[in-house]
Amino acid sequence: MKGALSLPLIRTEKLTHTYSIGTPFERVAVLDVDFEMEKGEYLAIIGHTGSGKSTFIQHLNGLLKPNSGRVFFEERDIHDSKDWTRQVRFMVGIVFQYPEYQLFESTLYDDIAFGPRNMGLSENEVHLRVMEAAGFASIDISLMDKSPFELSGGLKRRAAIAGVIAMQPQVLVLDEPTAGLDPQGREEIISNINEYKRAHDATIIMVTHNMEEVAKNVNRIVIFENGGIVMDGSPGEVFSQSERLLEMDLSPPQATLIAQQLIKLGLKIDKDIYTLSQLRFALNKLQSHKNN
Amino acid sequence: MLKDITLGQYFPGDTIVHRLDPRTKLILTMVYITALFMANVLPAFLLMIIVLMTCLALSKIKAKTALKGIKPVVFILVFMTLLNIFFYGGDTILIQFYVIVITKEGILRAVYMAVRLIMLIVGSFLLTYTTSPIALTDGIEKLLNPLKKLKAPVHELAMMMSIALRFIPTLIEETDKIMSAQKSRGADFESGGLVKRAKAILPIIIPLFISAFRRADELAIAMESRCYHGGEGRTRMKEIKTSGIDYAAYAFAGIIVASIILLRRTGLWMI
Repeated sequence: MKGALSLPLIRTEKLTHTYSIGTPFERVAVLDVDFEMEKGEYLAIIGHTGSGKSTFIQHLNGLLKPNSGRVFFEERDIHDSKDWTRQVRFMVGIVFQYPEYQLFESTLYDDIAFGPRNMGLSENEVHLRVMEAAGFASIDISLMDKSPFELSGGLKRRAAIAGVIAMQPQVLVLDEPTAGLDPQGREEIISNINEYKRAHDATIIMVTHNMEEVAKNVNRIVIFENGGIVMDGSPGEVFSQSERLLEMDLSPPQATLIAQQLIKLGLKIDKDIYTLSQLRFALNKLQSHKNN
Repeated sequence: MLKDITLGQYFPGDTIVHRLDPRTKLILTMVYITALFMANVLPAFLLMIIVLMTCLALSKIKAKTALKGIKPVVFILVFMTLLNIFFYGGDTILIQFYVIVITKEGILRAVYMAVRLIMLIVGSFLLTYTTSPIALTDGIEKLLNPLKKLKAPVHELAMMMSIALRFIPTLIEETDKIMSAQKSRGADFESGGLVKRAKAILPIIIPLFISAFRRADELAIAMESRCYHGGEGRTRMKEIKTSGIDYAAYAFAGIIVASIILLRRTGLWMI
């Protein structure tokens, strides 16, 4: 994936952030992080609470300023000028944890339109974007005049995500978008994100704890621990080191664990297995070999 | 960042000042404030400055942190100083320019009042810097206990206060989060005129209120499901106790107050 020809879309250089400098509560959240990603990647960031992943993503659109180090978007420092920082903010859309708690307008339509209106677009363009975003978030048009506070939890979450999608960011960053939802709600949100990615050739960064979700969708995994990146690679590369993951108290997907146990028991199956369908396929293959 | 607000913030530590009974600290803070206004002669005033410095040194609170508390009242401080300089009166005229008369007494008075106000603020902040909110409300409840006989809802008031204090950092954090989220959607809180800025606050205030109500609701349910029924018969995990250092502190305060009264009697170097 790391082609030598294409330039990185986002790059950080020795990024360091410390909270509450000069008080007894001083705490280094992110330390010397070098990171690069290209257009079109689908990246998962995994790490425990306090590993620095949330602080890290808030640097990507200039919400937080690094104490030292730099952040680049399209190879230009995002704190170059105020104007550019603002532009970057629209190109890198961040959906925070529990985004439903930021809804505030009296109608769903106005809430989704908040971002596009801040971009200074014409009402016509705003309307188009709101409708498109509602489509991606599978929100029924008949709900647009309702108060966002009347909606169900899952719908509120999707509405809040639509509010960011409506800005049509090139990079969509989501901090645990499925936390606290039921399995169906989770699947819906993930497929909404995938759809947006397909339609706009967008780059996605998803912070998550759910390894199954990661295994099924992303093409790169970055693991944060103690304010730094400790692992970075394709799902196959990362999940094959399950001992190291378990050491960090992170568990690889169920399918990987089962496959690795089966290999230990002497079954001859592929070791790069991380989704249930891959596991089923491998076992079926084994079965048919036996039958032959 | 909002996180750096020091209003009523507690800095954990294990100094003599931290270990004092919160009741002692509350009483002594009140004594300190009274003494500050009793000290109307220069030697007494200097004594109070030494007392404050000693307490700050004992509590190991950095001078920078201690002075941070003054920030919100700088305006009042400047205003008061100017009023004193221009309108105090006095005989030793330094500058006279039409109606503006600046006297030596006025300037002295202004400096003295400003220092007194700063000492008042730093001194009372020392209480919240070194006492955890829970200890503080426990102390207040214990101190007000006699009022229970008059059917005053002392426990309820203390509980309300501890809940309020407990939620200040939570709500500050929440505000930070909501601000980040709205900024990510292009909200701009820094530019524009008064009306525009006031409008820009709505996307923060509304979600904040909603979440405050939600939290209140959740807290009420949590308290009820643990059978909370008010102060009657409630015991504590950490009983606050008056110990040797508290008596020492009272004795120390007594000596200081006595000396201030004596110094007042002399009437020398009145200010």
